[in-house]
Amino acid sequence: MTAALASQRLPSTKIAVSSVHAWFGSNHVLKDVSLNFPEKSVTAIIGPSGCGKSTLLRSLNRMHELVEGARISGNILLDGKDIYDPGVDPVLLRRRVGMVFQKPNPFPSMTIRENVLSGLKLTGRLEHQSSDDIVRRALRGAALWDEVKDRLHSPGISLSGGQQQRLCIARSLAVRPDVLLMDEPCSALDPIASAKIEDLIHTLSADYTIVIVTHNMQQAARVSNYTAFMLHGELVEFSKTDQLFTAPRDPRTEDYITGKFG
Amino acid sequence: MSTVTRRKIAERSFFILCASAIVIPLGVLALLLWDVGRDAAPRIDVQFLTSFPSRKAALAGILPAIVGSLYLIVLTAAIALPIGVGAALYLEEYAKKGRLSSLIEINIANLAGVPSIIYGLLGLGVFVRVLGLGRSLLAGALTMALLVLPIVVMVTRESLRTVPGHLREAAWGLGATRWQIVRQIVLPQAFPGILTGAILAVSRAIGETAPLVAVGALTYMTFLPDGIDAPFTVLPIQIFNWVSRPQEAFLVNAAAGIAVLMATMLLLNSVAIYLRNRLQHQTGR
Repeated sequence: MTAALASQRLPSTKIAVSSVHAWFGSNHVLKDVSLNFPEKSVTAIIGPSGCGKSTLLRSLNRMHELVEGARISGNILLDGKDIYDPGVDPVLLRRRVGMVFQKPNPFPSMTIRENVLSGLKLTGRLEHQSSDDIVRRALRGAALWDEVKDRLHSPGISLSGGQQQRLCIARSLAVRPDVLLMDEPCSALDPIASAKIEDLIHTLSADYTIVIVTHNMQQAARVSNYTAFMLHGELVEFSKTDQLFTAPRDPRTEDYITGKFG
Repeated sequence: MSTVTRRKIAERSFFILCASAIVIPLGVLALLLWDVGRDAAPRIDVQFLTSFPSRKAALAGILPAIVGSLYLIVLTAAIALPIGVGAALYLEEYAKKGRLSSLIEINIANLAGVPSIIYGLLGLGVFVRVLGLGRSLLAGALTMALLVLPIVVMVTRESLRTVPGHLREAAWGLGATRWQIVRQIVLPQAFPGILTGAILAVSRAIGETAPLVAVGALTYMTFLPDGIDAPFTVLPIQIFNWVSRPQEAFLVNAAAGIAVLMATMLLLNSVAIYLRNRLQHQTGR
């Protein structure tokens, strides 16, 4: 009875996006996007290439503004605080909102262990007595520990693509973020490696708010609790994943998920 | 003739063309080395390497020129590398890309092609006269640093550009600041390339004569430079001096000087190349 009630209750909002517009130069890539990312769940952003899904993702940790000529307007609240407030240091924000990229990108000159610790070392916050612990915890969190525990001192790039991607996830976890942004994390991986990452995303959603961009609708259906469908820079539909895929409200969503375009 | 044979002939002739393109310069270089070596071999001995210049060719030596060249190179590198790398870092990592930065880029490329005597005259005007440094090692090294700066800047920029953008992104995503990214990710990755720039700069500086003549390097040193404000001479100037003498024996000295100059350059370059290869291995490339 109580369990049934708890599952009915809507999770609280982790990130609230309201009326966000974004530009690259004169190219208007996000048009009045508003949605709430629920806490400790997986939200997938789907849509065809160039629909602005990556831009939306990158506006959540202020990576969008690193591109020359990029602009953004509107509000994005993380735990109720505006991340675009002039008092917010984007560098500190990015330590709370971690990111995993399309192509696995471990630092080539570093060992597996050094890669895990790289976020702390880069930012000058590494305490050596606790580093073994951090490495173990982050690698366990990324479901990589058992595969690499005997070769922590091998180069990070000696791992397979899927392992490298999990190493990148471990590297993000070591910084102890609340939110993990994933930009098509499986698009460079084979199906077996992708399945492992998907399992991992599911496990991680118990502790982290996860936003994943994917062009793979099956993947979105498998891993996410909520799905946002975007088209031409606009948010077309945002709802629970099973609802979006079984009973879309907007005809454009239906056309996309049934493969009429995309 | 079938198309297959024709293609094979085309393939073959292109190979021969490329092979001769490498054989010809190497052959000329070998001939030069052989010619210099033949003239120089009997003259290179401990006496030659450890003596000061003399009016008598048989007593003359090259010590002040070797020491002067080494001092000058080290000092030039110490001045040009930090400034050049710093300028390249600013232009690549910090400056906004636009009209101004492409204007600066074109100008730097042009500066690399400015005849060295012009740098010499600039050095004479600015460092020797206005700043009052006199005909010193420091004035020479500053002039040389100006000369090699464009090379250092261009090569460093090129190697900064080869650092993959996804590594920078990864570091941004981990909450690193720009300086942390530059120092810990970009510079170590670009370092082998920067060393290549240093090699080119040093090779250029060690062989330059004209700007140092303009700045006023001596041709007859009977003592070693004892500080950065001391007068100096360098190997190319000593060689030039000997070549311009009428006596046959001095020409032999000049050949021996050339051999020493080439050996010094090869030694410096091989140290830098060795370092680069080791670092390239370490940075996982």
